Amino acid sequence: MNFELSDEQRALQEAARGALSRHKTLEAARDALDGGERLDLWDMAREVGWPGLLVSEEHGGAGLGGLDAMLVLAECGRVLASVPLLGHVPATAVLDAAGSHAELLSALADGERRAAFAGAQPPGDLSQEWTADPRRGHARVPAPRAEVDGDAAVVTGEVAWVPDAPGADVLVVAVVDADGAARAVLVDAGAQGVTVEPVVRYDATRLLGHVRLDGARGEVLAAADTELAAAWYLGQGLLAAESLGAVERALEVSVEYAKERFTFGRAIGSYQAVKHALVEVLRRQENARSLMYYAGWARQDAPAEFPLAASAARVAAGRALDFAARELISVHGGIGATWEHDAPYYFRRAQLSRRLLGGMGSATDRVAGELLGQAAA
Amino acid sequence: MDLNDTPQQAEYRAKVRSWLEEHKHEAPVLQGEGAIEDEHEAVEAHRAWQRKLAEAGLTGVTWPTEYGGQGLGPLEQVIVNQEISRAGVPGILDAIGVGMLGPTIIAHGTEEQKQRYLAAMLHGDEVWCQLFSEPAAGSDLAGIQSRAKPQDDGSWVLNGQKVWTTNAQFASFGLLLARTDPDVPKHKGLTMFIVPMDAEGVTVRGLRQITGDAEFNEVFFDDVALDPDLVVGPVNGGWGTALTTLMFERLTIGGGGEGMGYRADRFARALASDPAAVRDPEVRKRFGELATDLLALRFTGYRILTALQRGQIPGPEAGMGKVTVVNAAVAAGDLIADVIGPDAFSLDDEWNYLISFLPGLKSAGGTEEILRNTVGERVLGLPPEPRLDKGIPFSELRDKEREAAGASA
Ligand SMILES: Cc1cc2nc3c(=O)[nH]c(=O)nc-3n(C[C@H](O)[C@H](O)[C@H](O)COP(=O)(O)OP(=O)(O)OC[C@H]3O[C@@H](n4cnc5c(N)ncnc54)[C@H](O)[C@@H]3O)c2cc1C
Repeated sequence: MNFELSDEQRALQEAARGALSRHKTLEAARDALDGGERLDLWDMAREVGWPGLLVSEEHGGAGLGGLDAMLVLAECGRVLASVPLLGHVPATAVLDAAGSHAELLSALADGERRAAFAGAQPPGDLSQEWTADPRRGHARVPAPRAEVDGDAAVVTGEVAWVPDAPGADVLVVAVVDADGAARAVLVDAGAQGVTVEPVVRYDATRLLGHVRLDGARGEVLAAADTELAAAWYLGQGLLAAESLGAVERALEVSVEYAKERFTFGRAIGSYQAVKHALVEVLRRQENARSLMYYAGWARQDAPAEFPLAASAARVAAGRALDFAARELISVHGGIGATWEHDAPYYFRRAQLSRRLLGGMGSATDRVAGELLGQAAA
Repeated sequence: MDLNDTPQQAEYRAKVRSWLEEHKHEAPVLQGEGAIEDEHEAVEAHRAWQRKLAEAGLTGVTWPTEYGGQGLGPLEQVIVNQEISRAGVPGILDAIGVGMLGPTIIAHGTEEQKQRYLAAMLHGDEVWCQLFSEPAAGSDLAGIQSRAKPQDDGSWVLNGQKVWTTNAQFASFGLLLARTDPDVPKHKGLTMFIVPMDAEGVTVRGLRQITGDAEFNEVFFDDVALDPDLVVGPVNGGWGTALTTLMFERLTIGGGGEGMGYRADRFARALASDPAAVRDPEVRKRFGELATDLLALRFTGYRILTALQRGQIPGPEAGMGKVTVVNAAVAAGDLIADVIGPDAFSLDDEWNYLISFLPGLKSAGGTEEILRNTVGERVLGLPPEPRLDKGIPFSELRDKEREAAGASA
């Protein structure tokens, strides 16, 4: 039994923190909301080898595991850095599993080209459907449909709020064929019938796009539907990690302030209402960390548990970040509610993240569904 | 990361599993349907089961071999817990003794004490109870008033009262914290004693709980004579001894939530048997949230074990386990009662006990507020609250408290 990070993983973490510390990411988050340009750290990511984290070594990647990618995302989340990995990494995982397109894979691993994953939520215990995120509203929409002929596919449909789609060179799309089977299709972002509409909402560090496919031609990848499902859950795990990183920083800043701000002759951190709330942030943070480890471990060693593990990590981290971001604001009192302070950017990150990739509701339901399904079996 | 057993651990697990397979029909049914009704009979059946587990080497797994333990690591203990839970049989009767009090004696006791008490404790032949809390001192444990006075011949005479003492009704011994010097600040004048529960002057009275059972008691001491060799650890150094017990207590409750049966898969089975519940979005949401917490607890447990196994002190993740498990289990009981309806409260229903036991568990072994104070101060480094009892001799403290209560009345 060993359920801690390895020395290599700690080194990866430290290197990531070091690389990110050279950029003024929080100022950039504020500037971007004020209409400035989003600080895109893709070039930095390339220098440190993140685009190829999950690509196997034979294709020029680092051949690392899901947990390693999560650790990197957590470091990005700490400082609200905008590095388009949330869409890129799951896409490369599907391509790598398919085993074809060696040249494209090595360009993606190097970061010379960028990919995004237009994923679909896999069927659960109550529904057999693959569903995509809608533009607006509560109802999920069917994943794009594809006419498949050998390796060729013609795809029609829409996936909204796809992370990192704007600017991506290729898209890996989860589609459903005429027989109702899920397939992975590789589509060139510049191909005819493909539209990527960039959308910025509330958190300007987040690169999002609505992907529309109108009879777009693509190539069917030799990846099983289980790989498509795994890529969806990898997205859940990465988003969880990114949120966990943001919780860590929010807690550090809150605790620091609680020690130095005095009211009624005492540090505010000595008051139980403040102390207990900060301990609650810590409790949620550590629970989320344990589940992130679970997700990383399950992806590698217990794939049947990965849907449960990644969904649970997402739920724990999403709830933790919402709580931590609100606490960060209230511990700071008035100053915490101002545009000048960093707290609002963590809050914005928390609120938008909770609604992406199926939203917290779907993830919570999936935790229940996986366990109830197992219990009924 | 690796959750798999090493070859040696796999072999150990197989051995444990096959023993349990072979003997599980000898285990008593203690809860739910078909449970033994008579309390005395249930205790004796449970005691006999502990003895069997002990003879098979399945209790005191981490204890040193010279005291009847197996001398194995925390991981082997977890393997035993997992296999016991998998086999669906009860664990040991004296979890308090074996989990908390025995380890305290191992850490602070004399060689004679270890030889005399530990093996009988492991086998359930002599059950132990924890005589710490008093009517006026629970969270503020160092405020206890039970008084042990030294005699000329080196022995002690004990007077006072303890309360909420689990298992005192059938315990042979208790580990008791008493005040031995009232003229120094309250943490300084305490001493730990072993008290034979059949000594003259010891009276045990059962207290019924929310469950309807009387699992805890009040215990009175009237001029109880204690031999000098019943002192555990240094005289007037009892606070340090007590902290050892409390540390084991938190590990037992926080890390052992799954061992106590508060597991996501168990609750899932209860819900899955009701098809309407399975389809209800509200049920699914509530279950998804509480199951997430229970899963987190399991994997936090593996992090703690990893640290222990490496001889490290567990990190911040260890402190809040009890809060997580109790609140998640409360939410589970609440949800299951909503699904089943009033029948969940029928006496022979397994959920009746769980639902009624949990509100008390919130206080047992340190309340949520106290745990949050401790973690906030020790882990986050937040400043403590101002205290009004620092540096004041205990004998003067009670008067001050009485004065303050009078002034506000
Ligand atoms: C089922 C059960 C079994 C038990 N078994 C045993 C046993 O075997 N042996 C034993 O010795 N004891 C046992 N206990 C006692 C248990 O340890 C105490 O109940 C617990 O420590 C709380 O002490 P108290 O009851 O005196 O409550 P108090 O300490 O009076 O607390 C009352 C309330 O005040 C709050 N409070 C107190 N101080 C603070 C503070 N500084 N800040 C914020 N809030 C505060 C508490 O959180 C609580 O809500 C058991 C209790 C239960 C319920």
